[in-house]
Amino acid sequence: MEPCLEIRSLSAVLPNGQRVLRSVSLTVQPGEVRALVGESGAGKTMIGKAVLGVLPKSVRIVEGEMLIEGESLGRLDAKARRTLIGARTALIPQDPLTALNPSRRIGPQTTDRLVRILGWSGEKADERIRQLLQEVQIREPERVLKCYPHELSGGMRQRVLIAAAFAAEPRLIVADEPTTALDVTVQKQILRLIAQLQRNHGTALLFVTHDLGVVAKISQKVSVLYAGKVVEEAATPDLFASPQHPYTRALIAATPRYTDPYASLMPVNETVLAGLADEVAGADRAWRPSHG
Amino acid sequence: MDEARILRRGLSPRLWLAGGWLLLALLAAIFAPLIAPQDPLAQDLMLERLPPFWLDGAEPGYWLGTDSLGRDLLSRLIFGGRIAFIVAFAAAASACLIGSALGLIAGYFGGWADRVISRIVDVWMAFPPVLFAILLVAVLGTGLSSVIIAIAVIDWTRFCRVIRAEAMSQARMDYVESARIAGYGRIGIMLREVLPNVLPSVVALLSLEMGIAVIVEAILSFVNLSISTDDPTWGGIIAEGRLSIHQAWWVLVFPLITLIFTVLSFSQFGEGLKARFDPVLR
Repeated sequence: MEPCLEIRSLSAVLPNGQRVLRSVSLTVQPGEVRALVGESGAGKTMIGKAVLGVLPKSVRIVEGEMLIEGESLGRLDAKARRTLIGARTALIPQDPLTALNPSRRIGPQTTDRLVRILGWSGEKADERIRQLLQEVQIREPERVLKCYPHELSGGMRQRVLIAAAFAAEPRLIVADEPTTALDVTVQKQILRLIAQLQRNHGTALLFVTHDLGVVAKISQKVSVLYAGKVVEEAATPDLFASPQHPYTRALIAATPRYTDPYASLMPVNETVLAGLADEVAGADRAWRPSHG
Repeated sequence: MDEARILRRGLSPRLWLAGGWLLLALLAAIFAPLIAPQDPLAQDLMLERLPPFWLDGAEPGYWLGTDSLGRDLLSRLIFGGRIAFIVAFAAAASACLIGSALGLIAGYFGGWADRVISRIVDVWMAFPPVLFAILLVAVLGTGLSSVIIAIAVIDWTRFCRVIRAEAMSQARMDYVESARIAGYGRIGIMLREVLPNVLPSVVALLSLEMGIAVIVEAILSFVNLSISTDDPTWGGIIAEGRLSIHQAWWVLVFPLITLIFTVLSFSQFGEGLKARFDPVLR
């Protein structure tokens, strides 16, 4: 089966030459949930942005290839790439507070994309969004469509964003820490909602998170990132049952256990970090950018 | 926002007072020939330096007294309002259009567009504004349109700076990124997503700028560089009042009060509107 998303040894650098992604390779099969875990600055969000074509201007891709359903993004011109990304992918953003335009009502804001990219009529798009809002358990879709974002709570806004992401039936959704900015009590509901919609719609999901508990609940495959490098890749049950890389083991050990509230938090071991630094430096020495 | 909600929330006293004064002054200016009790240009040396109505020696029909040529002060203020409002609207609108457009482009696109526009603004702001205005009017020749052009040419930077900063912060928001993922072009995003969010600031600045235009016009009239000396202007009346301050203080005081009220009202009205229409502050 052709993978929904394939990334082949993707490297990206900052203007000062520092690598932010180090030959990252990963695939997401149709309908599969792939988690990207790592600490802050590991480059997990960067991968999501690269796939969606919204990397910051300062970050330059120097090597590698990204294919969405077999079509290489690098071989398309800018306009065709935008259309392909717009039609086949969507984003569930991290912060629902800034991801909705404060001066536009929810209705037009969520439907104009369906009208524009898929060429639907306004009524069809409205109907579709209403249906999706019901799927994310919003009780009064009509009222919500007429609201401005500031009239909704954070959880409600995230539901709206999830509905909007699934509305165009994309093949791949990038979820960039979709529960981080939410209240703990809402996190669980939102996570369950994403998992449920993902199953029902058969959408592939690239799930960026730093929370191993979330990984265990939602994903089938995991890539563990450190300093822009995939240090371990495995099926989710295998990763937890027999983590291969010392960093993965340390991460799992560092996850707080709710069953024992008095246990102290465990930092990642110094020798593990030193080993990682060596590994990354070794990879950099062996690496020659294909151009530039 | 629908009408019903505007009414339910009521008007703040700030909007009431400022808007009320501006409306009163604007109506008086529009209907000046009907409202003014006397001909603002009619001189009568028998009636020179009449005091306002509550003082001894006042004549009925000359409510705020007369100046040293016997011209009715109230009528002159009302007719002077015409010039003030024309300049306020025309100059502020031109400055707003130029400044906001450049600010939006600089803030949203960044890069070299931002560098070029920001440098121009820096250079512009190095000129002392009042001297710059006097210089411009001296070059363009006196007259209403020269005054308007001079104010617009000087004050567009005020809009440019503020709107640039606002557009910059909006451009970093996630909804702009979402719009890009959804396949919108850069110009489309700037106009559809960013512009509506900087509009409340544009409105507030526009109102503030109208007040500033009134002041600049008064300054130019004061130094006799505004329009022909026949037509009454607030600045012109103030200049005349200064000469007779010891004999007829009212010729200086009333136009000053009018000017202060009007400028204050413009700025407060703008702030009030911003607070009302900003979707986040709302």
